[in-house]
Amino acid sequence: MSNQNEQKSSLFTIIGASSVGTMIEWYDFYIFGSLATIIATKFFPTGNATAAFLSTLATFAAGFVVRPFGALFFGRLGDLIGRKYTFMVTLLLMGGATFLIGCIPGYETIGFMAPVLVLILRLLQGLALGGEYGGAATYVAEHSPAEKRGYMTSWIQTTATVGLFVSLIVIMVTKKSMDKAAFEDWGWRVPFWISLLMVAISYVIRKNMHESPLFAKVKAEGKASTNPLKESFGNKYNFKYVLLALFGAVMGQGVVWYTGQFYAMSFIEKVLGVSDQVGEIMMYAIIFATPFFVLWGWLSDKIGRKWIMMAGMLIAILSYRTIYEKMYQAVNPENKTEISEKAESKAELVPNKKTAGFDSVYTTTKAYTDGTTTKSVKTVALENGAVKMKDGKPMVETKNTKLINSSDQWSLVFWVFLQILFVTMVYGPIAAFLVEMFPTKIRYTSMSLPYHIGNGIFGGLLPAIATSLVTSAQKANEAAGLAKTANQSYLEGLWYPIIIGAICFVIGVIYLDGKDNKVED
Amino acid sequence: MSALKKLLGIVWIGLALFAGYYLYFDQAQPKFESGKPEDMIPAIIYTFILLPLIVGGLGCFGYYSLTGEYREHND
Repeated sequence: MSNQNEQKSSLFTIIGASSVGTMIEWYDFYIFGSLATIIATKFFPTGNATAAFLSTLATFAAGFVVRPFGALFFGRLGDLIGRKYTFMVTLLLMGGATFLIGCIPGYETIGFMAPVLVLILRLLQGLALGGEYGGAATYVAEHSPAEKRGYMTSWIQTTATVGLFVSLIVIMVTKKSMDKAAFEDWGWRVPFWISLLMVAISYVIRKNMHESPLFAKVKAEGKASTNPLKESFGNKYNFKYVLLALFGAVMGQGVVWYTGQFYAMSFIEKVLGVSDQVGEIMMYAIIFATPFFVLWGWLSDKIGRKWIMMAGMLIAILSYRTIYEKMYQAVNPENKTEISEKAESKAELVPNKKTAGFDSVYTTTKAYTDGTTTKSVKTVALENGAVKMKDGKPMVETKNTKLINSSDQWSLVFWVFLQILFVTMVYGPIAAFLVEMFPTKIRYTSMSLPYHIGNGIFGGLLPAIATSLVTSAQKANEAAGLAKTANQSYLEGLWYPIIIGAICFVIGVIYLDGKDNKVED
Repeated sequence: MSALKKLLGIVWIGLALFAGYYLYFDQAQPKFESGKPEDMIPAIIYTFILLPLIVGGLGCFGYYSLTGEYREHND
């Protein structure tokens, strides 16, 4: 009995130590995305806000695109020298890069060196993350009994969402502890600095862990791979499973994940204009949905991994357009009754620090009977008293924001919760599923690459591609003399996850057998 | 199931080629030609990341499927 208890406690120590470190890496990775808008104004030369935002997305994408290279580099190390040492290195690399991002002077101080340094550090973050996840998932799976592997590894699966949650909390607390000007000036750096402390704690915890027993056995028997990259991808027998894992599972899982957690956030902030409440909405949705990662992981031990993941993918792709339309209509001012006597408009000349001239700013605020208020700020750039032109068009920027009532806010929480619930179905069992596909000696390398291509590239590029699809549809509307939002142009970005998810679903259903649940060779 | 997987191999290869054509000629090329900085990022992503990944990866998956490599997995 005491032996069983000791074993159980040791398993939970392993899960805890692995999960905390992985959660911190996700935290590090996501604070950059969560602060994308403010980072754009600090590090990228601005002509207009969209260009600055796209530049940040590009840097965000750079962080994602480089992840597969991290998977190859650290995966190889993990299969050569061991899981434990490799994910200690990734932890330190991530923490160092994150801390340094918070220390870089802005573009106004050091010019182009600022965005260059941010890009380099962001690439290092991507490399570190590419090595971390596969190590943690493999490490926990190789310690877990077969009948509990889905449950045990599902704790690792919660770390990405919890990392996002913690990043939102830290940002929110930092914002609330100072005024807006101070946060925009230097306060946004605090979440980056806090990373150093978290990484130090995690390092101490991980330092005392032992090597994975399966890997240690393989190494002791002299059966460890001498060239994991060649054995993983140069060998057709293994490579075809790498492709199957990517196109039959991870690609769809990646787009479902990034739609539910990141596109939803960007949609609420930029399309719906609910920028001040978006953090709170995401946090509630995440809190309610996170336990389901563990539930699906546990269930996958009972009924198999494949059909839980496939069901999540199918429900997601069938319901996305409805969910996003519901979100759009929930806060659409056209569905509300305006209190006309509360409407206010004002026009003023505001100094522009960058051009040393003035901008003409028109602000319109409206109030509605249900408590919603909207604010539209139209900024017209001026030059020598006349409207400034760019590419033959006047330089005008309009920013619409809303403050919604509690009922609409809970309605958005519900729709985001549903999307994260789909995420938990496809993502909860996938660590155990991937680990079981590959042999111990090349497991770290073989599972990391499809995971990071599926999530980093197919998923990570989703916000940029979806935004680009929406912009194209809006431009087509404008060219046809229609309103920007005509023909539900705001839903066009969803075609990307729907098509990718549908292809993955078909491949997964037909090609995956879902019966192999062994990790011992 | 083996026959279906082989048949689908042709579909995946066809889809890979179509995706390659669409990504480059419909998406990337007009963006490269526009010369606008905000168009360059998606154009580069389409051409140098997604295109090789989808054409190469899905094409290879389709080829393995067509040649019966996935047969023993299920049958």
